[in-house]
Amino acid sequence: MDAKIGVLALQGNVSEHIDAFLSVLERMGHGPSSEVFEVRSPADLAECNALALPGGESTTISRLIDKNGLYEPLRAFPGGIFATCAGMVLMASHVEDPRIRPLGLIDMAVDRNAFGRQRESFEADLVMDGLEGGPFHAVFIRAPVVRSAGNAVHILAEIPQGIVAVEQGKHMAFSFHPELGEDTRLHERFLQRQGITNLAS
Amino acid sequence: MKLEELRFGTELLKRGFAAMQKGGVIMDVVNAEQAKIAEDAGAVAVMSLERVPSDIRKAGGVARMADPEKVIEIIETVSIPVMGKVRIGHFVEAQVLEILGVDMIDESEVLTPADEQYHIDKKQFTVPFVCGARDLGEALRRINEGAAMIRTKGEAGTGNVVEAVRHMRTIMGEIRMLRGLDKQEMADYAREIEAPAELVFECAERGRLPVVNFSAGGIATPSDAALMMQLGADGVFVGSGIFKSSNPKLMAKAIVEAVNHFDDAEVLAKVSKGLGDAMPGLDVHKLSDDEVLQTRGR
Repeated sequence: MDAKIGVLALQGNVSEHIDAFLSVLERMGHGPSSEVFEVRSPADLAECNALALPGGESTTISRLIDKNGLYEPLRAFPGGIFATCAGMVLMASHVEDPRIRPLGLIDMAVDRNAFGRQRESFEADLVMDGLEGGPFHAVFIRAPVVRSAGNAVHILAEIPQGIVAVEQGKHMAFSFHPELGEDTRLHERFLQRQGITNLAS
Repeated sequence: MKLEELRFGTELLKRGFAAMQKGGVIMDVVNAEQAKIAEDAGAVAVMSLERVPSDIRKAGGVARMADPEKVIEIIETVSIPVMGKVRIGHFVEAQVLEILGVDMIDESEVLTPADEQYHIDKKQFTVPFVCGARDLGEALRRINEGAAMIRTKGEAGTGNVVEAVRHMRTIMGEIRMLRGLDKQEMADYAREIEAPAELVFECAERGRLPVVNFSAGGIATPSDAALMMQLGADGVFVGSGIFKSSNPKLMAKAIVEAVNHFDDAEVLAKVSKGLGDAMPGLDVHKLSDDEVLQTRGR
């Protein structure tokens, strides 16, 4: 299957997500018929078979989702969603902050900014459930955590402050930023869950 | 699981923080009430200040870091990141803002420089820095000192976008020009603009600065903000432009929407309607040499 991966481009680190998926697809032997592009409108969204929700300011992105008429189309999106940081906040079923209208696509309660201010942002090696090849080097920037998750949610990684990586159905969500490192295992796992296979091996 | 070997304040964390601001508007605020208005309008961050730049111009004298009480008041009011300005070279003001919990420090020409020879050694800090620049040489010198974000300087507190345009065009043009040079010519050019050759090579290869590049200094309307985005800015800082306009709430929201839809003239026309008066502007050509802020810290 060709990949048509959209990156929600309302605010945040959009280009890093585009670059990360492009390099993974190339490594997996996909040619120019697989594409990665920006999504700003419901019409753009209809073109994708998978979507990334980037990091950024969750309050800002939530407001712009509403302004751009994307709330219902995102809830009805049939493909998988790869969500990082602010994206994880938006995927939740419950967020304490009234300025955020979460999409409710993963059964979890998420706390924004759970680690404090930027000086508390950190990098660490995470052991992840079911991920072969050793710990994953994770970059946490003013990161959220999952406070509680429903039974349908597969917890991929948990640290003392809370759950930091989850899967439910085709969706994956992370407190940290897999798009900022060189390690592409989580991207590959996501694509395989969408039925986008490695053509190179 | 136990986390061992946590690393704080790395280059990746600093540049990553800056990247999360992309496509956003960072607004100058002087108190909790303004900070709330900025957050409600959809700002990605606020810049906490004692005075906005146009009032700094009026007040004259030495402009310094804001009172910590004010910074704390703003930090306690909003959940988005809070930035703060320090004088060029004043690394102790920066130490103070870092302790207060500011998320990014702006080493800014809008305040009176504390050191006419050296900028702050920004690599010594855990918190990331943004610095102003007028051209590629300035930008790369600041990045070499550890800046995680660049903002083109423009001419702050004038409500006149002409200098912001000049500086953005200069930097983008210089990077485009690099692509026609071979490696030796690039190394020669690096010497000419007094920038490290490695950073010049990196700009040529990526076709952009190695860090996020925002626009600042004179943005007063939604169209000004969209203009800077179309010229290649990753986002905008709006200083006096919001709280010196006649209806700050409307202006703040309109500028956020303009940045989000910077290439859609229909949306720009819609959001520009009925905003009241933009801030009063100044002719930058009539400023005397000591009123020009952009030449501070080259």
